[in-house]
Amino acid sequence: MHEEIIVAGFGGQGVIMAGKLLCVAAMNEDKYVSHIPSYGAEMRGGTANCSVVISDKEISSPTVPKPSIAIVMNTPSLVKFEPRVKSGGLLIYNSSLIDQKPKRTDITTVGIKANDISEAEGSVRAANMAVIGKLQALKPEIASLDSVIKALDVVISARNRKHNDTNIKVLKKANL
Amino acid sequence: MSEKILMKGNEALGEAAIIAGCRFYFGYPITPQNEVPAYMSRRLPRVGGTFLQAESELAAINMVYGASAAGARVMTSSSSPGISLKQEGLSYIAGAELPCVVVNIMRGGPGLGNIAGSQGDYFQSTRGGGNGDYRQLVLTPATVQEMADLTLLAFDLADEYRIAVLILGDGYLGQISEALTLPKPTGKVFEKPWALTGAKGRKPNKVASLRLVPETSLEELNLVLNEKYKKISAKECRSESYLTEDAEYLLVAYGTSSRICREAVNELREEGIKAGLFRLITAWPFPAEALQIASAKAKKILTVEMSLGQMIEDVKLSVKDPERVDFYGRSGGMLPETDEIKRRIKAYGN
Amino acid sequence: METKNFKYVYDRPEALVDKVTHYCPGCGHGIVHKLLAEVIDELGVREKAIIIAPVGCSVLIYDYMNFDGCEASHGRAPAVATGLKRVNPDNVVISYQGDGDLLAIGTAEAVHVANRGENITTIFINNAIYGMTGGQMAPTTMEKQITATTPYGRDPMDVGFPIRGCELLNTLEAPVFIERCSIYDFKNTLKTKKAIKKGIKNQIEGRGYSFIEVLSTCPTNWGMKPQEAANWVKDTMVPYYPLGNFRDN
Repeated sequence: MHEEIIVAGFGGQGVIMAGKLLCVAAMNEDKYVSHIPSYGAEMRGGTANCSVVISDKEISSPTVPKPSIAIVMNTPSLVKFEPRVKSGGLLIYNSSLIDQKPKRTDITTVGIKANDISEAEGSVRAANMAVIGKLQALKPEIASLDSVIKALDVVISARNRKHNDTNIKVLKKANL
Repeated sequence: MSEKILMKGNEALGEAAIIAGCRFYFGYPITPQNEVPAYMSRRLPRVGGTFLQAESELAAINMVYGASAAGARVMTSSSSPGISLKQEGLSYIAGAELPCVVVNIMRGGPGLGNIAGSQGDYFQSTRGGGNGDYRQLVLTPATVQEMADLTLLAFDLADEYRIAVLILGDGYLGQISEALTLPKPTGKVFEKPWALTGAKGRKPNKVASLRLVPETSLEELNLVLNEKYKKISAKECRSESYLTEDAEYLLVAYGTSSRICREAVNELREEGIKAGLFRLITAWPFPAEALQIASAKAKKILTVEMSLGQMIEDVKLSVKDPERVDFYGRSGGMLPETDEIKRRIKAYGN
Repeated sequence: METKNFKYVYDRPEALVDKVTHYCPGCGHGIVHKLLAEVIDELGVREKAIIIAPVGCSVLIYDYMNFDGCEASHGRAPAVATGLKRVNPDNVVISYQGDGDLLAIGTAEAVHVANRGENITTIFINNAIYGMTGGQMAPTTMEKQITATTPYGRDPMDVGFPIRGCELLNTLEAPVFIERCSIYDFKNTLKTKKAIKKGIKNQIEGRGYSFIEVLSTCPTNWGMKPQEAANWVKDTMVPYYPLGNFRDN
């Protein structure tokens, strides 16, 4: 298993956190992980993103110029990252906020109404959990759902841990 | 594996400093190293230490000078433009033979440049950015684990040789999060009879670099320093040779660019091309002998940097048949690309 | 002559090294060094004291003081003092600075060490000129004063007015003691000693930052005889830099 992942959206959608959640979950399953938040020149254009590598083997380059998986939470992120996904890769897009359909036919594209699922569980802020739940269902080899749920206690700050029940509900709902 | 934690490079470095017994930190904010002072400001008061945000990088490095003169383990951190401001202090620290750890999380330059990771300060770090005949030890971590491990080493080397040790990272290394196993204290203890603690029961100690009159010859000091630098050069060269034994094509790099090179080596090897990587762990002293061994069978040596060519000068000075040495670099915060490295290596074969 | 019944009524302070100084005849540094050494002895802190030498004529002050000493780069003595004091708060740390050091190249450090209320003592020698480099304009050079770099006299419209250090620092909340004194005559020299003593006592008692400005002489670079130089301090400098205590909390 070796996945090079981009999680992208606008600031406040929790994409950096979503990437860290994957890392901690996979790390606790003894996988190698790396996470770089969008930074420097990458920050132009109003999108936040993080580059995540999860692998059975030691990670050489932590950079992700051509992701095997892209998770996009808004339209600018779709526009930016869809062309970069490796042929045969996976694109998960937040169809609550993205009206257009992905154009690529050489990759798997999966839409998920992340905001709607999150709102249905009582909070719009857990949309990032919905896409991670979906990813886990599609790529269970990255980390088990149980590991992802356990990682919440590490990644979510003490101040926000009270929302973890909602986070878990959204994760599970999207995981079905 | 439960002892592993996911940690940012900048924070791993901060925690490692505390493990190393560093209880004094002086610094001034600058991106992309702000997690270091933030971390130290949070942690140091909890362990009885002192964090002080200085009025400038100039003040910060001189506070480091003072704290080191008083015998403490002390650190400052900054990024490229801020490190330029610290050069005056680093020269004085060299002259007064004071131990300290200085972290440079490099960003793009010259001038204000940008805040993305870069390796444009290799010359400044290895040639001595301040005035006078001096050197400083330069460590170049490539992973979060090394950001921590080399920080511990840095404090020991600083005390052992009474020298400034520079940890030369880059913006990407500062920002990256990876699994970290917290290092254990090395337990080394260094006596500091020269420290300024008050002349009680001894003659007064003086910490100074000024040598105006012949009786306290400056050349004498320079020769003493030079002996120390020779000793360090002989004993403290560090590097990693990865798949170099049979390498026909050798990549030479350090820090973040070395990781991209490693990826390229792995992919080239899968295609049956004998590529290898020589990675610096010390940039000064430069591991010339190890590089000679690693490059013995190489038809071509490709130096890869996040600059437009600085380390390449040391590579050319170190290897036999320097006409083998070629260069690929990106600057201004851009990263070298694995595909481009592979393309160049393959082109050598044709 | 029978001397065994004699007793010393005046001796070299233990804190002062028995050594001929490099200072010019009539220079104020020697006097202030002596005052400082006497105070250190009288307060019994020689074994705790650390003197920080600035860049300028007093760059070698640590060679005259019989206690620990530290060099600082030009203007950074307050930062060096901060580092030393934060590590060993029991040490008595004195930053000894000239006018170029404190009010030109090191203004930021001088203001911020005072603003933090670091528990140190600063002795600020204001002689209205750069001595060591050969008599150039200082931030405290008087209006119309001729120096190596103001050959037509200091023109405030061009290079600004002389800066008053005590008044500047007196705008800050933290300092506990700010006083301007002089060594142009015996009476004022004693007052200077008293101020230095207060400043160091404050530090021993952990009260915070003390700043003592001393209007001093530089006969060589002023092109005067020592007595003329002393008179010049009194007649020219004192009217612009009033003597007295600005703060004693």
